[in-house]
Amino acid sequence: MMKKTPVTFTLNGRPTAAFADPGENLLDFLRRGVGDMTPKYGCGQGTCGACTVLIDNEPHLACITLAESAADREIRTADCLSDGPSLDPLQNSFIEHFAAQCGYCTPGMLMAARALLERNPNPRREEVIDAIAGNICRCTGYEPIVDAILDASRSYRRSAI
Amino acid sequence: MLEVRTYPTLAEAAENIDPGSVFMSGGTLVMIRVNYGAHGLKAIIRTTDSTLRRIDDEAGRITLGAFATMSDILAHRDLDFLGPAAMAVGGPGVRNAATVGGNLFAPHPYGDFTVALLALDARVHLSDGSAVPIEDFLRNRSGLVESVSFQRPFGDLFRFRKIGRIKPKGASVMSIAAHLGNSPGYLSNARVAYGAMGSAPMRVRAVERALEGAALNRHGIASAIESATEGLEPPTDELASSWYRREVAPVHLRRLLLGEDR
Ligand SMILES: Cc1cc2nc3c(=O)[nH]c(=O)nc-3n(C[C@H](O)[C@H](O)[C@H](O)COP(=O)(O)OP(=O)(O)OC[C@H]3O[C@@H](n4cnc5c(N)ncnc54)[C@H](O)[C@@H]3O)c2cc1C
Ligand code: FES
Ligand code: FES
Repeated sequence: MMKKTPVTFTLNGRPTAAFADPGENLLDFLRRGVGDMTPKYGCGQGTCGACTVLIDNEPHLACITLAESAADREIRTADCLSDGPSLDPLQNSFIEHFAAQCGYCTPGMLMAARALLERNPNPRREEVIDAIAGNICRCTGYEPIVDAILDASRSYRRSAI
Repeated sequence: MLEVRTYPTLAEAAENIDPGSVFMSGGTLVMIRVNYGAHGLKAIIRTTDSTLRRIDDEAGRITLGAFATMSDILAHRDLDFLGPAAMAVGGPGVRNAATVGGNLFAPHPYGDFTVALLALDARVHLSDGSAVPIEDFLRNRSGLVESVSFQRPFGDLFRFRKIGRIKPKGASVMSIAAHLGNSPGYLSNARVAYGAMGSAPMRVRAVERALEGAALNRHGIASAIESATEGLEPPTDELASSWYRREVAPVHLRRLLLGEDR
């Protein structure tokens, strides 16, 4: 019998508990154990960024994070962004700028961007590029994504006032 | 069957490391091994000791706990000189987890931060209380690391560069760090280190010898540039051949020493 470890944490503001398999990564744990399918599996080796989630407000690659290390921490996934039909300014901006084509990279991009805009709602273009440097997009060529994040930053600035 | 064993202190973790187990810090390398089958791996050993994440500066002697992350270093207002080396380690998601301790063990072409520590002549402090010069440590990389410490460099005497092909992140073709001694007018006791130019980050003694007494200008450093790859057999990998690394090393060394952009 595989020994499972109970892990309690906050997921998108809700107290959550689930059992992690030994050595299980946070991505599998969230998808299979908890049922949050928004973080995606791309590579399992930290190179694509599709699995990006926020841990205590900082972007982390869930596929190379041990699930147990999330204990007592605040995890946010792209599932936290919308409230029913009401989308986050970042999501609206991605739609307006055609920054999602196949959409596979989008949840990771959104979370990397969200971490940036929460820390710095007035980023320069180079800062946006650095913030998504760990996220690969095979469709858009990145420019629409960078434009979308810069555009959304205006809403983040307004809500910061 | 894989198990995860978590201990309150590093010393206890050290006592419980056994064959088939691996110590884990940020896990950016260990978890890849686990994700891809972890063949032969029986246990992941961890500690929850948060003092390992400390960053101290006591009268110019800086100590970085083994669990300090690249992002911790970037966020520290008095460690600007280390910013380029910390920034060289992967993208934001990697830097939020990648630790100083783990970087000492990272295989080729990784170990960019360790290159900076070599040029700073750091000491590596182990869980048993012993301390060794980083160069000796890198010869067999064994034991659990508690922290590293080094003297704060003066002014702009410390320099670091990573040369990659994928911008803004990507593994190293090579990385170079130099601490240029502090005698006015000429170089003395300069320390130069390379990453991705051998099986582990290394000091470049031939270059250091050639810099002794040299003036810091194109003419003064000419013989150091000629010795840039003396005795080195850089590895070939998917980023660059051994030949390519040898060809570009003198150019990048010159740019680093003279502070040239290109
Ligand atoms: C996508 C990606 C990009 C990367 N890019 C770079 C890069 O550009 N430059 C670079 O240098 N690295 C890079 N890395 C490699 C790695 O993230 C860093 O080298 C990092 O510093 C390793 O630290 P860690 O805490 O994650 O190590 P871990 O994965 O926790 O451990 C790595 C190894 O070190 C040992 N170890 C860890 N801590 C200790 C300790 N305190 N005492 C004794 N042994 C210890 C472990 O047992 C293991 O063998 C990259 C990794 C990924 C996934
Ligand atoms: S799935 Fe995590 S970085 Fe690719
Ligand atoms: S939209 Fe397809 S990978 Fe980015």
